[in-house]
Amino acid sequence: MVKIGEKPEGVEGQGFFATSLDKVIGLARANSLWPLPFATSCCGIEFMATMGSNYDLARFGSERLSFSPRQADLLMVMGTIAKKMGPVLKQVYDQMAEPKWVLSVGACASSGGIFDTYSVLQGIDRIIPVDVYVPGCPPRPEQIIEGVMKIQELVKNESLRRRHSEEYKRMLESYNLT
Amino acid sequence: MTNNQHQQVLDALQQRFGADLGSVSEPYGLLTVEIPATRILDVLDFLKNHEQLRLDFLTDLCAVHYPEDPGREIAVVYHLHSMVHNIRLRLKAFLPISNPEIASATKLYSAANWMERETYDFYGVLFTNHPDLRRILNMDSMDYFPLRKEYALEDETRNDKDDRFFGR
Repeated sequence: MVKIGEKPEGVEGQGFFATSLDKVIGLARANSLWPLPFATSCCGIEFMATMGSNYDLARFGSERLSFSPRQADLLMVMGTIAKKMGPVLKQVYDQMAEPKWVLSVGACASSGGIFDTYSVLQGIDRIIPVDVYVPGCPPRPEQIIEGVMKIQELVKNESLRRRHSEEYKRMLESYNLT
Repeated sequence: MTNNQHQQVLDALQQRFGADLGSVSEPYGLLTVEIPATRILDVLDFLKNHEQLRLDFLTDLCAVHYPEDPGREIAVVYHLHSMVHNIRLRLKAFLPISNPEIASATKLYSAANWMERETYDFYGVLFTNHPDLRRILNMDSMDYFPLRKEYALEDETRNDKDDRFFGR
């Protein structure tokens, strides 16, 4: 069964429908997010279940995984990120085209988790900006889907000007990204 | 492995190196012999090429840090195995932390290459004549040897933890 996205607020009459461009683009983007899975450990296994037929992330328009950062909209970081891998993750984020979102799945990606040790990055938000955090060790597929749906909400409601704002530029600069 | 084989290994070592051998023990049935760090290559070469022993496989090479043992803080541990006679042997050489230098075993065992790099990476043991002694697992930019006891295991930059709940 095909479910059509809810139409945004707007003015409707016979033969026409008027709304703001933000909302139409937001609706289109939110329902066609291409995720780039950056899976390094057990959270990645949960992600495989999330993509499988039981949970099926494709229902939310994220059917097409992108294994090239240049064609991805959503970076899903799932698993422990060692400090040595930090620069790699940062480069992957850097290579993604705007607009881009980041979902941090699981305790390790979000805070280092149980790996409070010299070799592990204590949360990916130390090197790249994160939009939504999914707690859990590892989180169940339902939680990952919830995280993706939260991202969809952000995408739907994002202003088209946000990525050109001074605030956004300052935020990127604080991560040494341009 | 039988006690017979242990005795055979010990006899061969004693005959060749005599007074140079240090303490001998058998924790959990694994024959362990302490040797002076300066003789490591002689000992390894002897054991590898000995007709009756043929300890031709380097199972593991690592280090241990004993900060309370002055002059012998760093122990370099070699685990040897004979594929031919099924004999296992552990060798220990102690080094002072002020000058943790020992000869590289890469000429005898190619497997020693990465194991020595790892030992250098975590304990700062300098293997002389190693072809490429640089960090292997940690970041190149790391400026200390993390498994030495004076360094905390935890990530020092984390400030969201209440020490009372984490035994610190």
